[in-house]
Amino acid sequence: MSSKLGLGYINRCSPVHSLTGATKFLMAVLSSVAAMITYDTRFLAAMIVGAAIVFKISKIRFREIRFVVIFIAVLMLINSVAIFLFSPEEGVMIYGARHEIAHLFGRYYLTQEQLFYMFNVILKYFSVLPMALLFIVTTQPSEFSSSLNRIGVNYKIACSVALTLRYIPDVKRDFDDISRAQQARGIDMSKDERLIKRLQNVLSVIFPLIFSSLGRIDTISNAMELRGFGKNKTRTWYNDRPYRIADYLAIAFCAVLVAVSIALNAVNGGRFYNPF
Amino acid sequence: MKNVTVKTFVAIGIGSALFFVLGRFAAIPVFANTSVNLQYAFLGFMAVVFGPLAGALIGLIGHSLIDFTSWGPWWSWIVTSAAVGGVIGIVGRKIDVEAGEFTTKSAILFNIANVVGNGIGWFIVAPTLDILIYQEPASKVYMQGIIAGTANIVTTAIIGTLLLYAYSRTRTKKGSLDKE
Repeated sequence: MSSKLGLGYINRCSPVHSLTGATKFLMAVLSSVAAMITYDTRFLAAMIVGAAIVFKISKIRFREIRFVVIFIAVLMLINSVAIFLFSPEEGVMIYGARHEIAHLFGRYYLTQEQLFYMFNVILKYFSVLPMALLFIVTTQPSEFSSSLNRIGVNYKIACSVALTLRYIPDVKRDFDDISRAQQARGIDMSKDERLIKRLQNVLSVIFPLIFSSLGRIDTISNAMELRGFGKNKTRTWYNDRPYRIADYLAIAFCAVLVAVSIALNAVNGGRFYNPF
Repeated sequence: MKNVTVKTFVAIGIGSALFFVLGRFAAIPVFANTSVNLQYAFLGFMAVVFGPLAGALIGLIGHSLIDFTSWGPWWSWIVTSAAVGGVIGIVGRKIDVEAGEFTTKSAILFNIANVVGNGIGWFIVAPTLDILIYQEPASKVYMQGIIAGTANIVTTAIIGTLLLYAYSRTRTKKGSLDKE
């Protein structure tokens, strides 16, 4: 699915690639939970540095993920502006101190606390991102579903996930085909069209797309039923990969991260690290 | 999980793929950072046709994939998508489109499910989790929730209802065969 998403599995030979898919998935989930729990600046910064090191080990180049980083940077900028507009005194409320830098206009004052709070929000977003990215670019989709089953997800649901990853390129191709066919008939979906008209035109693409996919659901479920899918409580996998010491170590390390992040809440007496 | 057929799991798989493609490629930008999200109309439709389990899992898997391939998992909103699909599926249980019937009554029932599901999700679950997990300013996240929720309710009401109507027309009606 790589070229379709602009982001997908990149095959390299590295220690990160040789971890099982479930390990990387758990790492992504655990580290995002760890980043979620605390707002400790030092912890979040350390997580970003740590993730950068793991990226180095995985032999993924920065330019391969550059557009995602730029994309989130823009998103962050908009979000920060929104936070400031809605609640310019949020930082003052959280840190219980007020160091004014400048008066902008009306009720908007620039304070050190607010800047520090917004800096923390940005850090938080950026510390969630790298492990999720790493999981996507270093995990082979079919290996992922078998390892999902290994960590206790019902195998039928694991198969649903496998089907999703398998069919995203197909659905995307259908989408492109239908959309080109409709454009050839003179249906305009670009921003030149008025919003309501444009919405109608987009509908003329997604209706056939949805109904052809419903047909696909029938075909696939018939085929699977004929092969006796779902008869037994368990199943075996073609793409199964055994867990090794590195997997257990990686998961244990991320579990420790979550524990540290919980402990930091107690140490800081709240979720925020307060330098003021 | 006993009464769930193979078809449900296939529907979850393909449904999530469609949810992803709609969310990623068919969004219509309205203004900065806001777009009309067609995937929630589709989610409501799937939840009614294939049940609450399918609705919840399509929301969960589809939304996770969108997040994982763009800005990293945003758990508060992922959970919300799953909740919306699940609630619409539960409330809309009585609607039997498979039998080829889609009356005004089913349309009203579907839109009650729509308002309840999207309402609970975007006005309550999402902002509350945003505050609990990310401690963003309350006024900002409730504003975001109200905008996103209203947009989703409106798109689901229009497009979801149309989808269900069109789908019911493709099903064969009970007793539609005549003896000649």
